[in-house]
Amino acid sequence: MSDTLDQEAVQKIANLARLGLGAEDIKAATGTLTSILAFVAAMDAVNTDGIEPLSHPLDIVQRLRADKVTEENQRDDFLSLTPNNEAGLYLVPQVIE
Amino acid sequence: MHDKTVAALSSALAEGELTSLSLTSHYLDRIERLDPSLNSYITVCKEGALQAARASDERREKGEARSALDGIPIAQKDLFCTKGIKTSCGSRMLDSFVSPYDATVITKSHEAGLIMLGKTNMDEFAMGSSNENSHYGYVHNPWDHNRVPGGSSGGSAAAVAAQLAPWATGTDTGGSIRQPAALCGITGLKPTYGLVSRFGMVAFASSLDQGGPLTKTAEDAGLMMNVISGFDEKDSTSLDREKMDFTAHLNDDLKGLKAGLPKEYFTGDLDPAIADCIDAAKKELEALGVTFHEVSLPHTHLAAPVYYILAPAECSSNLARFDGVRYGYRCQNPKDLNDLYFRSRNEAFGDEVKRRIMLGTYALSAGYYDAYYLKAQKIRRLISNDFKTAFETVDFMLSPTTPTPAFRIGEKTDDPITMYLNDVFTISVNLAGLPGLSMPAGFVNDLPVGVQLIGNYFSEPRLLNIAHRFQQATDWHTRTPA
Repeated sequence: MSDTLDQEAVQKIANLARLGLGAEDIKAATGTLTSILAFVAAMDAVNTDGIEPLSHPLDIVQRLRADKVTEENQRDDFLSLTPNNEAGLYLVPQVIE
Repeated sequence: MHDKTVAALSSALAEGELTSLSLTSHYLDRIERLDPSLNSYITVCKEGALQAARASDERREKGEARSALDGIPIAQKDLFCTKGIKTSCGSRMLDSFVSPYDATVITKSHEAGLIMLGKTNMDEFAMGSSNENSHYGYVHNPWDHNRVPGGSSGGSAAAVAAQLAPWATGTDTGGSIRQPAALCGITGLKPTYGLVSRFGMVAFASSLDQGGPLTKTAEDAGLMMNVISGFDEKDSTSLDREKMDFTAHLNDDLKGLKAGLPKEYFTGDLDPAIADCIDAAKKELEALGVTFHEVSLPHTHLAAPVYYILAPAECSSNLARFDGVRYGYRCQNPKDLNDLYFRSRNEAFGDEVKRRIMLGTYALSAGYYDAYYLKAQKIRRLISNDFKTAFETVDFMLSPTTPTPAFRIGEKTDDPITMYLNDVFTISVNLAGLPGLSMPAGFVNDLPVGVQLIGNYFSEPRLLNIAHRFQQATDWHTRTPA
């Protein structure tokens, strides 16, 4: 199953990924992504019936920790990283009219 | 003194033959003189390093050295968060990012008394095999400035090879420690997944990423592993097990060890001159008592296709956090929130990063998840099972690290797939979560060649033992670029 992507599909992917690509970039990405999908299509030839997917190399499940406060409040430090903040809030363009 | 290993520098510090201040100043001076032609550092921490070196000398004088390595300089890949010092990850996105906390690897380095010389150049967000994807420009291979140092830890590898740092940290998602180590003629170890904390490492593909050493020798790699490894509560994938000693077995006898030669790694893709280097390495190891046996890893040809689904999928998810709101780059005058997201991300990410984000977004999108992501995870298990079977009969494997020596800058930038195939011998190790080590084993056309040792889980002390004995019998690792 080697998918051939058209520019419309690539535009949709770029939108999902929140990437504001220009028309030229979409065109170039269409060719590259199609060739990469042809490359990964080698996977189709493998029978994987009954094979468990592997997400952790040692098959270890996510460790849980006790529900206790371990971090001190660093709000000012974190806010100082934002390009724009005011009164302890992150500022973005107006969302609701 | 820059030709000394960390082990030797550590003894010299202990004997009072040199001070951390003189050593650190010496490296800072070399960086200032020589790095403009290599571009291996993004940030040099001159004042901080000198101050830390003075403090280290005072501790040592009072008999309060934090460890035998107190006062040794180190270069840190610019992917480890460093409190108060820029962590760019090679990206315009993080050009102004100064972390409010230290990565665990950095904390452990400080606790051992290591002196941070600076942060090294790298492919943007560790995506690349040539260091050509950095926002801060190419890194040049110290052996030939027209060639790439490999990637993504290209700055770290070039800095160690050019002796602009006695050692450096790197990270390896598909070969990013071993491949640049091979192309720059140094030693690099990618540890078992979970041994080195990922806390404070800017995430690329979380199920594959692993930090590790780039060093002159296997002994130094062991010394660094003793510093940076260990269980960390702050990393949910960190392995809660007893800490290993990575230098205790360096001198063990190799007699009776069984090595596997994975036959799928010795096909037409391999440069014959590199095959000759592997053959020579095999003979050296045979002389040390190792026997060789052919093994098969039948799903090897699927490793790169699987990797180029799983790594982009995890990358698209991890890099979703860069939205221009809370930190990192923000575009000028966004007209609404979507415009802020779309333009900030488009303007600040490089081509390869965008390519992988889109590939991953596609692989995870509704209707395609089973065909790509789930399928790749299933084949990942088959690849892992190949190794399990092979390790029933052999103790370790010997293979090439890269299909060719260092290639020319610009040679492979037009075709992503050709670039991806650079990691064809290293990727499987990440997919299976195994340890892999690259060590210098010869030269082709005056360019260094590395060979890879692959071990079973937690066999790092054994791999370092084999590499150490090999390095005692050979001098490839002592060669330095002109």
